[in-house]
Amino acid sequence: MSLVFDLVLCLMILGTAAASLLMRSALGGIVFFIAFGNLLGIAWLSLGAVNVALAEIAIGAGVTGILLILAHARLSAMGDPVECEPTSPWMRAAVAVICGGLIVLLSVAVLSISPTDRMGAQIATLMPALGIENPVTGVLLAFRAYDTLLETFVLLGALVAVWAIAPPRGWPQRPASLAIATPVSLTVIGTFSRVLLPASLVMAAYLVWTGSDLPGGAFQGGTVLAGGILVAALGGAIALPRADDMRLRSVLVLGPAMFLGIGLGGIALGRFLSYPVGLEKALIVAIEYALALSIGATLALLVAGKPVPPAAVQEGGD
Amino acid sequence: MTGLEYAIAGLLFMGVFFYAAGSLGLLRFPDSASRLHALTKADNVGLGLVALAVALHWGSVAVAAKIAIVWLFAIFTAGATAQVLGQSSKDETDPRP
Repeated sequence: MSLVFDLVLCLMILGTAAASLLMRSALGGIVFFIAFGNLLGIAWLSLGAVNVALAEIAIGAGVTGILLILAHARLSAMGDPVECEPTSPWMRAAVAVICGGLIVLLSVAVLSISPTDRMGAQIATLMPALGIENPVTGVLLAFRAYDTLLETFVLLGALVAVWAIAPPRGWPQRPASLAIATPVSLTVIGTFSRVLLPASLVMAAYLVWTGSDLPGGAFQGGTVLAGGILVAALGGAIALPRADDMRLRSVLVLGPAMFLGIGLGGIALGRFLSYPVGLEKALIVAIEYALALSIGATLALLVAGKPVPPAAVQEGGD
Repeated sequence: MTGLEYAIAGLLFMGVFFYAAGSLGLLRFPDSASRLHALTKADNVGLGLVALAVALHWGSVAVAAKIAIVWLFAIFTAGATAQVLGQSSKDETDPRP
């Protein structure tokens, strides 16, 4: 895209990042953070990295945004001061040094990649063996599959950590209801979500399917699914499941377990996480669909939060 | 420039104009209800014009159909959120349910 467009975009990204950090109001900061994530997604799009753009907008701006807004609402409802105290100059200096150091390290790492690096060409020569055309999916599900496998377990671990802070009386109940308290708004979002949830299912299935050959994949599809589930929960169209619901738990572990199982099967062929010849695409697509379901359910429950005692189910949300 | 390119540029220009008007309303109008009024109406027109320009630019029925779906979801979402925002701003100004 044109230089002017890129420069304006850079200015807007830096501006929203600065506003998000410097806003006195925490909610204002969150709103700018969401705008920042969307602009960052457009920047990835402008660089031609459509996969990363989808992930950034869906996860970085979408799910993280609703997570922050809910955290803010719940902290405010508990009477906690959400706005932070002014920090000491020493603290600010220390944060600046650490962040600056990290930026320098990252820049050195990125700039150390030679422009004549042949990684892209290497992957392109390996792709035909997989039977899929999206090199990002190839890297995530085949060439660096162990990385993705660990990521899916990290996500599951995060949900276990959230569940672990449930109060003793709350375990293993449902998370606090997300349904909006105002009846009129509940009706509006309820109707909205009854259309949106099926559409998000179709969209998620499409994103996973198309992810074999075009931008898309399990994380993007899973996040769209999580979005549909969360809007439906906000509108009261669906209730969040109990933490000991076996169907829920099966869905949560389905993706990581299937990935691990197929990976272990690869040992029989000589190497962990290698696919049998001829079945690469079928197995990759199967893993992606299972992962998308698990990621969708996990992200939605991460946002919903810890299980709470039934009496407290009515509070929160809004 | 061909006639089609003029049409695309004109649609984009009008779309951005409506977006700018909506944003100006958001910044300048005194209360939540009138700010919402500016945003929902002006931005929906702006989005429609920009979507039309994009569809014409790509010049393919498949792309146009996808953009039409994006446009539908965007106005659907805008309508639903505007209702909720309007309700919550009404609750804030008027304590009676």
